[in-house]
Amino acid sequence: MTKVPQRPLPSPTPESQPFWDGCKNHQLLIQKCKDCGDLRFPPRLLCPSCSSLETEWVPSSGKGEIWSHAIFHKVYHPAFERNIPYVVAVVELEEGVRMVTNIVGCASDEVKIGMPVEVFFDDTAPEVTIPRFKPSKAEESQVRTDEDQGPLPQR
Amino acid sequence: MSERLRGKYCIAGIGESELGHLDRQTTISLNLIASKRALDDAGISAKEVDGIIAMSSSRGGASLLSLRLGELLGMTPLSFILDLDLEGATAAAMVQHAVMALEAGMCRAVLCVLGGTGKTSQEEEEFYAPYGMFDITARYAIAAMRHMHRYGTTSRQLGLIAVAERAHARLNPIATMKEPMTIDEHQGSPWAVEPLHMLDCPVQSDGAGAYVVVPKARAKDLKHSPAFIMGMGQSHPHREILDSASLTASGAKVSGEMAFRMAGLSLPDVDVAELSDPVTYAVLVQLEDYGFCKKGEAGAFLETEGIELNKAKIPVNTHGGLLSCANVPGILHITEAVKQLRNGCGQRQVPEAEVALVSGSGGVMSTHVTLVLGK
Repeated sequence: MTKVPQRPLPSPTPESQPFWDGCKNHQLLIQKCKDCGDLRFPPRLLCPSCSSLETEWVPSSGKGEIWSHAIFHKVYHPAFERNIPYVVAVVELEEGVRMVTNIVGCASDEVKIGMPVEVFFDDTAPEVTIPRFKPSKAEESQVRTDEDQGPLPQR
Repeated sequence: MSERLRGKYCIAGIGESELGHLDRQTTISLNLIASKRALDDAGISAKEVDGIIAMSSSRGGASLLSLRLGELLGMTPLSFILDLDLEGATAAAMVQHAVMALEAGMCRAVLCVLGGTGKTSQEEEEFYAPYGMFDITARYAIAAMRHMHRYGTTSRQLGLIAVAERAHARLNPIATMKEPMTIDEHQGSPWAVEPLHMLDCPVQSDGAGAYVVVPKARAKDLKHSPAFIMGMGQSHPHREILDSASLTASGAKVSGEMAFRMAGLSLPDVDVAELSDPVTYAVLVQLEDYGFCKKGEAGAFLETEGIELNKAKIPVNTHGGLLSCANVPGILHITEAVKQLRNGCGQRQVPEAEVALVSGSGGVMSTHVTLVLGK
């Protein structure tokens, strides 16, 4: 069997470490400004609204909707070859922040802007868990494995 | 520099980050800390600053570092950004560039910041790559999908841009892509990243362009009639797509208004437009933002008036653009505009072209510059 190349994994920074720690505990945390209360993503040092350095982390409901998306039919990285076609989406969480993620659990041509989605935690590697999203109404059993559409983990 | 600038501008505040071996810090975080301290020291809010200069080769920095720092500081949209590198002379030269920008009325306050750690910013690797999101085309695809959803724009309408530019390239002796292209060929080309086809994107190309700028007084006895710089504007709405308010609008609107105001002209005065076309979708958005048609109506506009020579009121990308002339970022749009104003374009000449609109853009509709050139 040929070896499947390693997927890129995040290397947390001091600002993002609590986010990735949260994912490991299967909790989606969002950074919140302690001074003005604004939420922000990706994690960063300063509040863009009020320049405060004081932050805290609050749990997200993990629910949101697809703000936009694109479908990869062409291989840009060998580690994703067997997932073609796969969906990269920008999901807007109920709390208002947007993140880049994958949509799995439905065919790529079923993905639509405005579709309600919810997070699930993909324990990609021993040291890192990646949040991905699936259609909200999908039953667990309908979530496809990595033989199908979505870029699920290689174990 | 000119004596009339003596004492006209000042350094209002200063800031420094921690120094030494800072294992837990990144280039971005150190630049942000120094910037915040300088703003606090000046007693000026970040929102008041609309210009920023950073060092392009800051160790561990990223492309468009100045814009990313401005965005993280909450300064966007910015009207002046500069990533500068004169090695050890950069910090001192920044003062001069800040004064030039202020004197030219490009902005009201400029933040200059320089430094780093040697550690690269991980954001790309951290929040995009694990999801298989690679290549700038994917970001444009997400933007185009949003426009399609909001306004009903279709891939076929985007294709009309590619087809028109190819038709123009066939009339341009220096263009690299001269095979005829039909709309069906566009529609049948493989996906780059859906909803963008390969024929929505330029191919890699080598090449270069250049131009010389002199004062009007020097223009009396040049070999060719000069193209006068009538209007200029910049507006930079975001660096990263997650920080953009909208991916269905660009900096063309604000920078266009600045440039037309400076020129004392408006869009109906324009005879020919050379608009930044890193993908077809970028052109479509600019047609709306510059006012060729209303927001959301560019798809229908392309099906009726369009952008093609001898059909459109204002032909766009008469040289073939990045898509079909050559993928040399932006410079050939300027050389083509000058050729049009010189009446030197042969078969693709726009009759009596007197005013040209030129744009440049970078990132994913992140940076935007508008020029209005005249005879």
